[in-house]
Amino acid sequence: MNYRLLPIVLLATFGLAVAAETGTATRAPNAQPEIDFPLDAPAPDGRRPGGTITHEFTPPKLQDDENKDVRRERNYPEQPPTIPHSIRGYHVDINGNKCLACHSRANSSKAQAPMISITHYTDRDGQTLAAVAPRRYFCTQCHVPQQDVKPLVENNFQNIDVLLQHELPQDRQ
Amino acid sequence: MKALRALLKRYWTVLRRPSVHYSLGTLTLGGFVAGIIFWGGFNTALEVTNTEAFCISCHEMEANVYAEMKETIHYSNRSGVRATCPDCHVPHQWTDKIARKMQASKEVWGKIFGTINTREKFLDKRRELAEHEWARLKANDSLECRNCHAFDYMDFTRQSPRAAQFHSTALAAGEATCIDCHKGIAHKLPDMRGVPGW
Repeated sequence: MNYRLLPIVLLATFGLAVAAETGTATRAPNAQPEIDFPLDAPAPDGRRPGGTITHEFTPPKLQDDENKDVRRERNYPEQPPTIPHSIRGYHVDINGNKCLACHSRANSSKAQAPMISITHYTDRDGQTLAAVAPRRYFCTQCHVPQQDVKPLVENNFQNIDVLLQHELPQDRQ
Repeated sequence: MKALRALLKRYWTVLRRPSVHYSLGTLTLGGFVAGIIFWGGFNTALEVTNTEAFCISCHEMEANVYAEMKETIHYSNRSGVRATCPDCHVPHQWTDKIARKMQASKEVWGKIFGTINTREKFLDKRRELAEHEWARLKANDSLECRNCHAFDYMDFTRQSPRAAQFHSTALAAGEATCIDCHKGIAHKLPDMRGVPGW
């Protein structure tokens, strides 16, 4: 028997096998993944009205931060004041804190910015430190800029003054 | 010393003696053409090394400072005007530019010997490098900022009250220059301990 053609035949078979493999493996580029979500539950009301968990919505447009430099009223005495200016590009990291360039004790007089309160210099044991306590270093954990947008959920918060007003007996008003 | 003097003297005689083999026309035209080639080549080299593509052809620049800059307003913004590396880091005027280019030979040295060839080395050296740039911008009154941000055309009424206050006082009076307040606007900052105002 003549075996001289055997390597070529084997190579051709192997080639065909490889080609068949890749042929089945490639899908149309735009094909959606065929995943079935039998429990495609509706999303919680409010945040994503009308959609289900798997729906993708177009996110709302980004708004500019309010930049009027006018202090806002606090809703209760302990509320961290919101930031009335833009803080785009401010570095607050291990190397430096841009907020403190104006709001620290030493710099607030120069910048005429409100100085951060004494609580920011106090560690958790009540010890007052020379510089801002590490636990209070990251300003945006509590203080954030505001945007002029429609609230996502309704809020009927009333501050203490309004509440006390309602508590007053009618005849004393 | 004597040998050197003899050598110089020989060249001087060659320069002084009229040409024996070449005509005046060849020499003049040849000099003219060579001048064009050399000057043009010099200028082209200057322009090529003054592009962002050239700067970020080194991984030290691409992986560190260029990557950081991509997040800032000088790279991406609403109107699509952007600053490239040389816009801020190379003076636009010729004399200053050549002076800066000569300084940059130190950077070539650093590249060859791998002074900042890892992220760690770069971070260790970052304060020093940043201070060089702060000092340069302080010394030339933030010239590269002002190539685009001209004080004369600032409209304080379009600035936030805070910005207008500082720009109309400290900046207008020349007490402060851009870089005094606007540090770290295009790159991450080094350790800022001891930097005035921080």
